Amino acid sequence: MIVADRKSLEEILTMVKDNKKILIAGCKGCVTVCNVGGLKEVEILASSMKIARKKQGTHIDIDINVLERQCDNEYVAGVSDIIGNYDAVISLACGVGPQFLSEMYPDQTFYPGVNTTFFGGATQHGVWEERCAGCGTCAINNFGGLCPIARCAKSLMNGPCGGSSNGACEINKDTVCIWDVIVRKKMDAGKLEDLIGVRGIKNWRTARDGGPRRSIREELVQGNI
Amino acid sequence: MRLSYPADIKVIQVPCTGRVDILHLLNAIEDGADGVYVAGCLEGECHYIEGNLKARRKVEYVKKTLTELGIEPERVEMYNLSSAQGARFAEIASEMVGKIRELGPTPVKSTHAA
Repeated sequence: MIVADRKSLEEILTMVKDNKKILIAGCKGCVTVCNVGGLKEVEILASSMKIARKKQGTHIDIDINVLERQCDNEYVAGVSDIIGNYDAVISLACGVGPQFLSEMYPDQTFYPGVNTTFFGGATQHGVWEERCAGCGTCAINNFGGLCPIARCAKSLMNGPCGGSSNGACEINKDTVCIWDVIVRKKMDAGKLEDLIGVRGIKNWRTARDGGPRRSIREELVQGNI
Repeated sequence: MRLSYPADIKVIQVPCTGRVDILHLLNAIEDGADGVYVAGCLEGECHYIEGNLKARRKVEYVKKTLTELGIEPERVEMYNLSSAQGARFAEIASEMVGKIRELGPTPVKSTHAA
């Protein structure tokens, strides 16, 4: 899923400091799963903002709405009747959400309420870790099912660098050296020779280096199947 | 026991402090409460195993939020006592009321739409 962190209250309050009536739009997708932009978090933000404004002595009307997903136009269209009623909208979806909203409702102002961070998953309750860099050419099968693109600080493809120490990466002792894990896994499986061949230069054109990406599924473009 | 405690307190009963939500605490502050405290069972004595521990974490979250908003975090507290400790309940009530009196009225004033 896409993982995000909520922006600080100070940053959000500054964004809407001149607005008197706002909508906070949540999303039932990834940001609900990573506890940053679902109904609960939307309600908490609304209440916190009202407290801040009351402390300041200025009034603010805040409505909330949690869309099924903000990354699908059919759901984004669901707020067309109400979107014009507000001075501004704070979206607690990932960076995709406020863009879909901005594209559909060009006259409205949308603010991102979260910082979108990475593709990952929860390793324990409350802890999320990056697992995928979305490079567009998945090759984790070559590395024991682990991704050195996303999980090695240098995205090395041919083994660890000299900064690997006791299984930790030199950038941070809490960051696992994924190459250490890959090599150990291959050793345990008796397949270390899988890593011997020199891997050629990775083609990054499928990643961000090739510019904004688009995925087209012809059979779906033609209609539902 | 006929113990008395300050009349400033409004008691809201819940089946277990695990039922208390972050929003309950925030909404109380939002609606102008000078302070809110949660009186849960003693740690390790929760009938639902960890309801009181969860409540403490929620209280800590709200304290953090209030700090971010420039409001004294001491306005929200968690206390642990058993249902047999009536005297302690009265003592906590007085302690909390005393603390809030020291802090003064809430800075969260009711506002009206212009």
